[in-house]
Amino acid sequence: MTISFLIIAALILAASVAAMTLRNLVHCALALAVAFAGLAAAYLQLNAQFVGFAQILVYVGAVAILIVFAVLLTRGGEAPERNVFSGDWKWGALVAALVFGTLAWAVKHSFASDRPLPTKAEVTVKQIGDALMTKYVLPLEVIGLLLTAAMIGAVIIAMKEEKK
Amino acid sequence: MTPLAGYLILSAMLFCIGLAGALTRRNAIIVLIGIELMLNAANLNFIAFWRFSEHSEALTGIMFVIFSIGVAAAEAAVGLALIIAIYRHYKTTNVDEVNSLKG
Amino acid sequence: MAEFFDQIFVNLKHWLLGFVPAQPDWLQPLATVVISVAAILGVFASLFAIATVIERKGLGRIQNRPGPNRVGIPFTDISLFGFGQPIADGIKALIKEDLVPRAADKVVHFLAPLAMFVPLALTLLVLPMGRNMTAMDIDAGLLFFFAVGAGAELAVFMAGWSSRNKYSLFGAMRAIAQMISYEIPFILSTVSVIMIAGTLSPVKIVEAQQTYNGWLPDWFVFTPWGLAAFLLFITAATAESNRSPFDLPEGESEIIAGYFIEYSGFKFAIFFMAEYFGMFAAGGMAATLFLGGYAAPVEWLNWIPSWAWFFAKTMGFIFFLIWIRGTVPRLRQDQLMNFAWKFMLPMALMTILAAASWHFIPDAFTRWLVSSTLVVAPYLLLGRGLLAGRQIGKRAYRYAD
Repeated sequence: MTISFLIIAALILAASVAAMTLRNLVHCALALAVAFAGLAAAYLQLNAQFVGFAQILVYVGAVAILIVFAVLLTRGGEAPERNVFSGDWKWGALVAALVFGTLAWAVKHSFASDRPLPTKAEVTVKQIGDALMTKYVLPLEVIGLLLTAAMIGAVIIAMKEEKK
Repeated sequence: MTPLAGYLILSAMLFCIGLAGALTRRNAIIVLIGIELMLNAANLNFIAFWRFSEHSEALTGIMFVIFSIGVAAAEAAVGLALIIAIYRHYKTTNVDEVNSLKG
Repeated sequence: MAEFFDQIFVNLKHWLLGFVPAQPDWLQPLATVVISVAAILGVFASLFAIATVIERKGLGRIQNRPGPNRVGIPFTDISLFGFGQPIADGIKALIKEDLVPRAADKVVHFLAPLAMFVPLALTLLVLPMGRNMTAMDIDAGLLFFFAVGAGAELAVFMAGWSSRNKYSLFGAMRAIAQMISYEIPFILSTVSVIMIAGTLSPVKIVEAQQTYNGWLPDWFVFTPWGLAAFLLFITAATAESNRSPFDLPEGESEIIAGYFIEYSGFKFAIFFMAEYFGMFAAGGMAATLFLGGYAAPVEWLNWIPSWAWFFAKTMGFIFFLIWIRGTVPRLRQDQLMNFAWKFMLPMALMTILAAASWHFIPDAFTRWLVSSTLVVAPYLLLGRGLLAGRQIGKRAYRYAD
C-alpha cells in the first residue's frame, strides 16, 4: 500500500463521489473527467501503459466531452431544480452499501488477500498489436462493426425529424 | 492488505458509488455517468488481476479492457442520443417523469 | 568535436547529476526528472517569447508594415530592434487587473487556464530533441502525445462555459467541434508512419529515418504516401491549435477572442502560452515523424549538432504557420467541418493504403507509381467531386420566420 496508490485512490473516490452528488450537472461531468484521469494514473501504476493512454484518449478526450454536450443540449446548464435526488434515495443507498459489503467480504476471504507481488511484466505495444491481429482478430472486427452501428444509430436517433 | 486486495476494494468502492448514483439521482444523464463509473470499476478489476497473475504475457486482461473501453464509448454515444431524443419529446430529462408508454 | 557539441546537453545533465547524493535511492530519479523538466520549460518558454515577436513582425511585413521595433533593453539605450517586446508584454500581463465576472463560476474559471496549459506542456516530453535527448522514452510515446493533446479540449469548454457569456460559449462550442473533427485526420495521418516504422515510439521512428539514399535522405516526407500524410498532418495540426485559417473560435473580427473573452492579465497569458506550446509540440512531432527529427538533410552537414536541426525544423514549422496566417482567409464553420469529414478523412485512409502498397511492392519504379496513384487519384476525384456539388449562385437571404 504505497503512498502513491493511496493518493490516486483518494483522488478517484473523491472525484466519483463529487460526480454523483453535485447539484450542477456540468460540475458533475468535469468531476467525472477527473475520475477518469485518476483511473488512468492507476492503470499506469499497474504497468498497463497502452490501456492508461487509451483511457485518457477515449474517456477524457471523447466521452467526457460527449456528456458535456448532452448536458448543454438538454438545458442542464441552467440552475438546478429543487432536489436532485429522487424521493426514495435511501433504498438506493442501502442497496449500494449491501453490494459493497458483499464484494468486500468476498475479497477479504479469497486468495487475493494473501497474494504476493509477481515481477513486472514488460508488455510492449508490439505484443498487443500481434495479439490483436492473431488471437483476437475476431473481436477486433466485431468491435469495428459495433462502433459503426453505434455511430449510425446515434446519428439517426438524435437527428431532428423532418416536418412533414 | 496486499496490493491486489487494495485495488479490488478500490474498484468495489467505485462500483458502489456508481451504483448508488445510478439508483438515486433523477437526471438521466447522471444515471449514465453512474453507469460509466461502474464500467470503469470493472476495467480496473481486470487490469489489477492481469498485473498480479502469473501468466501476464497472455495479455488477456489488457485485451478485455481495450474492448470494454470501445464498447463503453459506443454505449455512451447511443445512450446520450436516446436521452436527447427523449428530451425533445417530453421536454424533461427527469427519469421520474418519463413514465408513460403512450407518446 | 562535432560529437562533443552534439552531446553537450546530455553531458551537462550527467555532470549536474554527479552533485546529487546517491544515498536516498529516490533522489537520483527525481533529480533526473527535475533537470529535464526545468530544461524543457526554460527552453520552450524562451522560444515562446521569441515566437511572439517573430509572429508580430512577420505578420507586419506580410501586411506591409514594420511590426514592433521599439522595445530594447529597459532603462538602457541598447536597441534590440523590437525583440525586447516580450519583456514589455510579460510585465503588462502581470500587472493587469484580473477581472472575474460576477456571475462566473469561480472554481472552473480559475482552473481552465491550468487545465489547458498542463496537457499541452506534457506533450513536449516525448519529443526526441536530439540524439539521446528525449525526456521520456516510453514505448507508447505517440499514443501519449495524442492522448494528452486530447485533454486540452475539455479545458476549452471549461473556459467558455464558466464565463457565463453567450459569445464565450459560442466560441467554446465551435472550438470543441473543430478540435474533435480534426483530431481524427491528425491521428490517422500518422498511422501510415507507425505502420512503416513498426513502432509507436518517436525515438525509434526517428532512428528509422537516419540513413541516406543517394542525395536524398531517407525521410518519410520524400515518399508519396509520406508527403500526403505530412500535408494532412500539418493541416490538422493548424486546426488543432486554432490557428488561421481555422481560427473561427477565436476570430478577432467576429466574436472578439471567443472562449477567452473574460480572461485578462496573467490567465490570458497562460492561455496564449498554452496555444504556442501546442504549436511547438505539433511542429516537433511533424519534424519527428516526417522530416527525420534530428537528422541533417545531407550527409556532410552532420557536424551541426542534432538538437540544432530539430529546433530549426520546429521553428520552420512555426514560420510556416505565421506565413499561412498572414496569407489565407478564414474558413467558415461549415466549410471547416466539411473539409475535415469529407476530404481529409478519406485522404488519410487512402494514405494508409498507399503506405501499405509501398511496403509490399519490392520493385522501386512500380512502387512509386502505385503509391503515387493511390494518393493523387483520390485527391483529384474528391476535390473535383466535392466542389462540383456546391451551388455557388446568387446570395440568398433567409429571414427568421
